[in-house]
Amino acid sequence: MAMKERTVKRTAQPLVVKNLNLSIGGTPILKNINLELPAHKITCIVGPSGCGKSTLLKTLNRLTDMTDDVHIEGSVLLGDQDIIKASGVELIELRRRIGLVPQQPTPLPMSIYDNVAYGRRIHKLSRAGRQMHKSVLRYLNAVGLVTEVKGKLHSSASRLSIGQQQRLCLARSLAVEPEYILADEATSALDPISSRTVEDLFVKLKEDYSIIMVTHTLSQAQRIADYVVFIYMGEVVETGTADQVFNHPQHELTQNYLKGIFS
Amino acid sequence: MIHRNRRRVRRDKTSAIVMMVMVIASFAFVAAMAVGLYLKAQPLLSDHSIWQLLTAREWKPSQNEFGFLPFVMSTLLVTAIALLLALPLSFFTAVYLTEYARTWVKKLVYPALDILASLPSVIYGVWGTLLIVPLISKHIAPHFVEFSSGYTLLASGLVLCVMVLPLMVSLFVELFSAVPNQLREASTAMGATPWQTTRRVVVRSSIPGMIAAVVLAVSKAMGETIAVLMVCGNMPQIPHSVFDACYPLPALLANNYGEMLSVPRYEAALMFSALILFVVVLLFNLISRIILNRVKAKD
Repeated sequence: MAMKERTVKRTAQPLVVKNLNLSIGGTPILKNINLELPAHKITCIVGPSGCGKSTLLKTLNRLTDMTDDVHIEGSVLLGDQDIIKASGVELIELRRRIGLVPQQPTPLPMSIYDNVAYGRRIHKLSRAGRQMHKSVLRYLNAVGLVTEVKGKLHSSASRLSIGQQQRLCLARSLAVEPEYILADEATSALDPISSRTVEDLFVKLKEDYSIIMVTHTLSQAQRIADYVVFIYMGEVVETGTADQVFNHPQHELTQNYLKGIFS
Repeated sequence: MIHRNRRRVRRDKTSAIVMMVMVIASFAFVAAMAVGLYLKAQPLLSDHSIWQLLTAREWKPSQNEFGFLPFVMSTLLVTAIALLLALPLSFFTAVYLTEYARTWVKKLVYPALDILASLPSVIYGVWGTLLIVPLISKHIAPHFVEFSSGYTLLASGLVLCVMVLPLMVSLFVELFSAVPNQLREASTAMGATPWQTTRRVVVRSSIPGMIAAVVLAVSKAMGETIAVLMVCGNMPQIPHSVFDACYPLPALLANNYGEMLSVPRYEAALMFSALILFVVVLLFNLISRIILNRVKAKD
């Protein structure tokens, strides 16, 4: 009897950040961050370069572990699980629930098929064979790649165009059925057309996933954000719906940033 | 202005020619070496066929019997044992150092590896004679054979393994460190464990480089002379077990080069042994290059 494909139970819980402080080599990068990031929305984290946006994003699935000399205090809660305190199996599962799309497209050194199947294999979500093949096609379809890569599923992923590579990375992240997708300036390396394709994908995907996106491009945030977090020098200055932050900013720093006085 | 540009173009052309000459010279040295060895081996090749020399087992220079099979087999077996032992050791050491070890461990181990790599081979030979040979003859061999002097194929393989280990670890460390961190992050972000990331991403990206590293280590191991000569037993026989003595080609050359004038054809025989070593290393490099190109084409 064939094993049924493992389906992951998905919840719609907000991601809650409480009293988060992070320093690297003694230098404070994030200072007392308190946030509630809504589910099934696109949250854009905006702010000037070097303000800690990407570090905050990496903290949300503990990729900060890969940086030397990091000290973190506070908590990041998904339901009743604290990502900051998680270890071992719990951390692996939390990372699966909170996927990340990197700034630069980073296809793994394997075929297009294996890139998408990678996460499902390590989490044993599908069996090899027809079941895996169906899953791979489903996620390639979700990012609009399935027809573009038809007939070359088993060729190296590095042969795709940059835009296709970034969509492949998104398909790879989706394939482990996360609840949240973290996107770290995921369109910054792309040409305008590919960038728009990925943006449209995010808008489509928010029905099923919660998206947290770091962006340096205000116009992009204005186009797609439902909720906005403005960070300056490692501190949250203002949060709110896109309409609130972009049309009625409360804080002077936010107003100046939106006017382009600093970037 | 035009005059200055002409001078720049002339300089560019001159340096291109100089560099081309250098490249041709490098090839010419290799070709000259092969031709020189062949010509020197000619007296032996005039009355023995190459096949006959390579397949004969008897080594009696005074009776004009030059069988190179024991030496070729010894060279290949010693290298194979060294590689079999060194490959997993160096691989896991490099993985640990690049993917798991704390900074202070790396700071401690890297200089130690550099020291090991720079030690003269005679020191490895002395270490092998004083430690490995008695260890094999007194503690390991008695469990398997009636008698072994300790000067064996196993001792040679072990000493050679320790000699190539620092080189292989350094090369693997360089390769694994060169894998972009974004790849590790992409894998880890999906919930892969460090070992899964290492196995499926880091090692996979490094395969072409690892093949090149192994080729380099094998080439070094095949030509290693002094240390192996001190522990191999120097008996021209085909070893049937790891507890038998052996006699690799470099040891044959180093042991006999001074005596060759007294026996006819001896010099030619030794030059032929050098030619065999040269061709074996060359063939190994060529085959590896073909494999490497296939792996790269697949990626």
